[in-house]
Amino acid sequence: MIQAGIIGIGQTRFVTRRDDVNLGELAREATIIALEDAGIEFRDIEAVVFSLALDALEGMENAERWCVEAVGGCKKPCIRVHMGGATGGSALHTGLFHILSGLFNCVLVVGAEKMGETQDAQSILNLIFDPVYEREVAINAINMCSFQAIRHMRKYGTTEYHMALVAVRSYKNALKNPYAHIKKEITVEDVLNSRVICYPIKLYDCCPRSTGACAVLVASSRFIKKLGKKRIAWISGIGSCTNSYFMGDRMDNSGLNDHADAEGLLIAAKKAYKMAGISDPKKEIDVAEIYAPFTSTELAAVEALGFCEKGESGICNEKGIFDMDGKLPVNPSGGVLTSNPISVTALVRVAEAALQVMGKAGERQVKGVKNAVATGEGGSLQFYTVTVLSKGI
Amino acid sequence: MSKELLFISQHWNIEFNHAAGETASVFFRAIKERKEILGRRCPACKRVLLPPRSFCERCFVDTLEWVKVGKEGTIEAFTIVYEQFRGLPKPPYAIAYVLLDGASTAMVNFLKKVDLNNLQEALERIKIGARVKVVFKRKRRGRITDFWYELLHT
Ligand SMILES: [Zn+2]
Repeated sequence: MIQAGIIGIGQTRFVTRRDDVNLGELAREATIIALEDAGIEFRDIEAVVFSLALDALEGMENAERWCVEAVGGCKKPCIRVHMGGATGGSALHTGLFHILSGLFNCVLVVGAEKMGETQDAQSILNLIFDPVYEREVAINAINMCSFQAIRHMRKYGTTEYHMALVAVRSYKNALKNPYAHIKKEITVEDVLNSRVICYPIKLYDCCPRSTGACAVLVASSRFIKKLGKKRIAWISGIGSCTNSYFMGDRMDNSGLNDHADAEGLLIAAKKAYKMAGISDPKKEIDVAEIYAPFTSTELAAVEALGFCEKGESGICNEKGIFDMDGKLPVNPSGGVLTSNPISVTALVRVAEAALQVMGKAGERQVKGVKNAVATGEGGSLQFYTVTVLSKGI
Repeated sequence: MSKELLFISQHWNIEFNHAAGETASVFFRAIKERKEILGRRCPACKRVLLPPRSFCERCFVDTLEWVKVGKEGTIEAFTIVYEQFRGLPKPPYAIAYVLLDGASTAMVNFLKKVDLNNLQEALERIKIGARVKVVFKRKRRGRITDFWYELLHT
């Protein structure tokens, strides 16, 4: 059976704007870093998966047209993936499918984000809601997550204090990540006193709008053997799950699919764990990189990933379980709360999880990582991807 | 050579004339002409879907039966927006998902006629589980904004 592993990773520093490069040039920077990391060249890439989310955020339709030649895509098969926030996770899975098909041995998964060039991000994100029933009610990417947060608070007694703990930990971790966008120390009081954006979400519960690129090289076991590469993050399990479009469908009180909980993530994680042979994620997962653009999103996610029981994420944060020196460190990179380049955010989760498995995460390295998990989440908590990376297979 | 970086300013302005489709047209006409809220019942799971859809995503079957739901319901989720987003309404405003009596799924709309200037005071009144009523606009155009929710006073 063919196995696939990550052999090279490239990230740019995430920032507010990059006025010195265009979108393709930005993606090229990450690609060159990944190629150097893997010790291969442009000509070794057999196919390109381009990770690119909302066109309107870039101000160009089909912007992959402008970019694929910059990442070595000419004369090769190229495919663009767009699943909203889950884009990078789905792009990685698409790269994996290329390898597992047996048709390709080395695939570049790459993308870039320049959403800093528009001030209209939330009015663009209002357009992800249908023009008939929901768009005119002013829903955007922030308040759609407020609905999940408020239900979690009501159902489990989760508080704004618990949310603040997530922000403080993320900001602290980001200080040790050279690629992180927001680098500053904050306190629980800073978060609680920050201005309300969409209650219960306040300013420091929110991610920034980031510009930057990420590239991940996925290769077959045959290619890896020939290359003689030792430090590999093997893709040991994947899962993906889609929930309903309408958030109101998850508020029917049947308890089967409650918007308070990330049920789609729970299903995707179960599939990924099974494939990776993981029966107790609490013990077997050593570190997690979770797609959580808001503090409240992470609280529901750690429960769905099986890191604690439903409703216990607040208490676990009080106990420091997800801190760098805790039992299961979450988002050593600082996570989405400190860098959110939408087109590649979920790919960065994979890249950071892979770095942990490879032992190449520098100052943010967690000791003795055998298994790491990375997630993606797109739409109104609708599309979920889970990827388990392992030291061996 | 000067190292000054230049910028190209552009603006998107695109018009659409979206078809509401058969199902939403019936729903919006009932609001406009009769001040009624109609859901669609799934023949398999019996859920009354609101907003109405021509199919049930859980059972993979077409919905056929129109069901009139109540004009009162319960808040299932809400937010109060205090930030100005370009192109979106002037804050503060409240948005709520409400499970109308007789419906199986919650439908989103604005929650109006409640003072939002003081968040803590607003939170005393706006809660999950609070009862609300549907209030219709006098001049209705066949749009979701033809109605909104208001808290029921007990
Ligand atoms: Zn059904």
